[in-house]
Amino acid sequence: MNLALSDEQVFLREAARGALSRFKTLEAAREALDGNASAMPDLWPTAKEAGWPGLLIGEAHGGAGLDAFDAMLVLGECGRVLAGIALLGHLPATAILSDAPNASELLEALATGERRAAYLPAQPPSELDERWSADPASGLGRAALPTASSGGESGRVSVTGSFAFVPDVPGADVLVGAALLDGKPVGVAIEADAAGVSIEAVSRYDSTRSLGHISLEGASAMLLDAPEESLAAAWYLAQALIAAESLGSVETALDMSVAYAKERFTFGRAIGSYQAVKHSLTEVLRQLENGRSLLYYAGWARNGSPGEFPLAASAARSVGGRALDTAARTMISVHGGIGATWEHDAPLYFRRAQLSRRLIGGTAQATDRVAGELISQASAS
Amino acid sequence: MDLDDTPEQAAYRAQVRSWLDEHKAEAPILTGPGAVEDEDEIIAVRRAWQGKLAEGGLAGVTWPKEYGGQGLGPIEQVLCNQEISRAKVPGILDAIGIGMLGPTIIAHGADEQKSRYLGSMLHGDEVWCQLFSEPAAGSDLAAVQTRARQQDDGSWRLSGQKVWTTNAQFASYGLLLARTDADVPKHKGLTMFIVPMDAEGVTIRGLRQISGEAEFNEVFFDDVSVGADAVVGGVGNGWGTALTTLMFERVTIGLGSEGMGYNSTRFAGAIAADEHARRDPEVRHQLGEIASELLAVRFTGYRTLTALQKGQIPGPEAGLAKVTIVAGAIKAGDLITDVVGPDALDENSEWAYMISFLPGLKSAGGTEEILRNTIGERVLGLPPEPRLDKGIPFSELRSKEGAAV
Repeated sequence: MNLALSDEQVFLREAARGALSRFKTLEAAREALDGNASAMPDLWPTAKEAGWPGLLIGEAHGGAGLDAFDAMLVLGECGRVLAGIALLGHLPATAILSDAPNASELLEALATGERRAAYLPAQPPSELDERWSADPASGLGRAALPTASSGGESGRVSVTGSFAFVPDVPGADVLVGAALLDGKPVGVAIEADAAGVSIEAVSRYDSTRSLGHISLEGASAMLLDAPEESLAAAWYLAQALIAAESLGSVETALDMSVAYAKERFTFGRAIGSYQAVKHSLTEVLRQLENGRSLLYYAGWARNGSPGEFPLAASAARSVGGRALDTAARTMISVHGGIGATWEHDAPLYFRRAQLSRRLIGGTAQATDRVAGELISQASAS
Repeated sequence: MDLDDTPEQAAYRAQVRSWLDEHKAEAPILTGPGAVEDEDEIIAVRRAWQGKLAEGGLAGVTWPKEYGGQGLGPIEQVLCNQEISRAKVPGILDAIGIGMLGPTIIAHGADEQKSRYLGSMLHGDEVWCQLFSEPAAGSDLAAVQTRARQQDDGSWRLSGQKVWTTNAQFASYGLLLARTDADVPKHKGLTMFIVPMDAEGVTIRGLRQISGEAEFNEVFFDDVSVGADAVVGGVGNGWGTALTTLMFERVTIGLGSEGMGYNSTRFAGAIAADEHARRDPEVRHQLGEIASELLAVRFTGYRTLTALQKGQIPGPEAGLAKVTIVAGAIKAGDLITDVVGPDALDENSEWAYMISFLPGLKSAGGTEEILRNTIGERVLGLPPEPRLDKGIPFSELRSKEGAAV
């Protein structure tokens, strides 16, 4: 039994905190909301320098050969300062490519960060719905996954369909995910500048998050020989990463709220001495600690017990997402009126919470998946 | 990061498992066919089984060897608990004595007390109970009013009432927190005593709860006499002694929470059994939220074990796991009862029992409110609420309280 961070993991986390502290990410986020999108710093060179693009790529291909938990540590640091860095899109894409022997020549440039990948999120079937699905452009129904058809060229397919609100797609070099070939999910890698690919950059509410709608019209794609489990695991990896990122944001929101509760006085005493305030802050801590524990579960399960990874990652997303909701709202309440103004950082965390909750299937889908996984297990035993 | 035993832990686990394989046929049967039913008989067979576990080194795992323990750490205690649970045999009967009261006597007791009481406690020959809480002193434990007055011959006379006393009805001894000086501030005038439960003037009454069962007792002391040698840890030092017990209580609860039976698998099983519920989005959403948090608690336990392994003592934040478990189980009870309907409220239903037990558990071992205060102050560093009892003699405080009503 050992869930302690290794020295290398502590170093990875501290180095990430140090590297990101060189940027005024929160100021930039506010400026970008005011219409100056160019205020957002380009953090990809920092990611390259630190070796983050290759975190999940094997050393033989120029990566660091680390595991999901290490990636979660980095994402947590990004979440702390709302750093808009393209790892949420890049890392699950590299995980799929690493499982596809025929894609190995793509890996080196992605490991160094010379090229950037974006993951095309495809939700695996559940015990109630046997279809693979994509996030819809609007509404509660799931969207159909794009379809692939074999053309003349061996090892290549052409893909038609769309993906909505895909993280980190604008500016990506290669799009990696799943499409349906004869009704079965297959891995595909599509060059972003290929004919038939159109990418519309979209921004919604949180200026730190780069999103895109993708439309594919017979786009030529490399057919990946990654197994179906790998395509499913990428979805759950994305769940775990967004959970880690959310919990990083919770840490900052809680720190700021606690600091304010100690220094703000009403009726002659610090507001943090009132039970109503104190209990709401311990509730944030409770959810944060539960989320952290589930990051360990997900980090362990991905290799230690892959059959549990869907449950573990979905539970982490569910708790992490709710923790960020709670933390962002609590931060505003504890700060009083000022917390709801443009002058304060609290609205930036609130905006992050609002958008994150609706991306890559959304927190609610992850919560439903936890129930589904457990119900399946109960029925099987 | 791994969940595996170290080679030393694996060797210890194997040793415990082989002892259990050899002796589990001697274990009493408490549930299912052939179960012992008579209540006195249950206690008798469980005491005997505790004695066997002690002989095998499976009780008092963390006690020092000189007091009959194994001198091992909390990790070995957890491994031992896991193996006992795996073997499907009952554990020790006197978990409160061995987990909390014995360690308090080891830390604060006189040599004569250690040699007189610890061996018979360990082997189940004498069961113990904890006499701390009172009707008007729970979260604010230092407000206990049970009074101990010293006599000219050095002996003490005890009068007052204790409550929520598990196992009192068959305990031989109790560890009792009493006020020996009311004219000093409340934390200062307390003393810890060992009290024989068969002493003249001790009255024990079962305290029935929502389920109708009496799982606790209230205990009355009417001028009960104990000797000068009954004091543990010195006169006036009762608060420090009590804090030791409470620290061990936290460790015991922290390490035992997996065994409470409030887990996601059990609750999901109840939902999966209903064809409609398992497809209902609202039921699934609630189950998903509850189960996620309960799964988190399992890994919080592993994080605690990692800390223990490094020689750290779990801090007050372990109390958050208790809040999560109780709140999760309460929500699960509501959800499952909504799904099953009134049959879940049949007196013989496991769910009726669970939902009856939980409202009390919410306050046990510290109310949710007091846990959140402690964690807010000790972990987050938030300022304490202003207190009106600091530095005021207990007797004066009581008269002020009386005047305020």
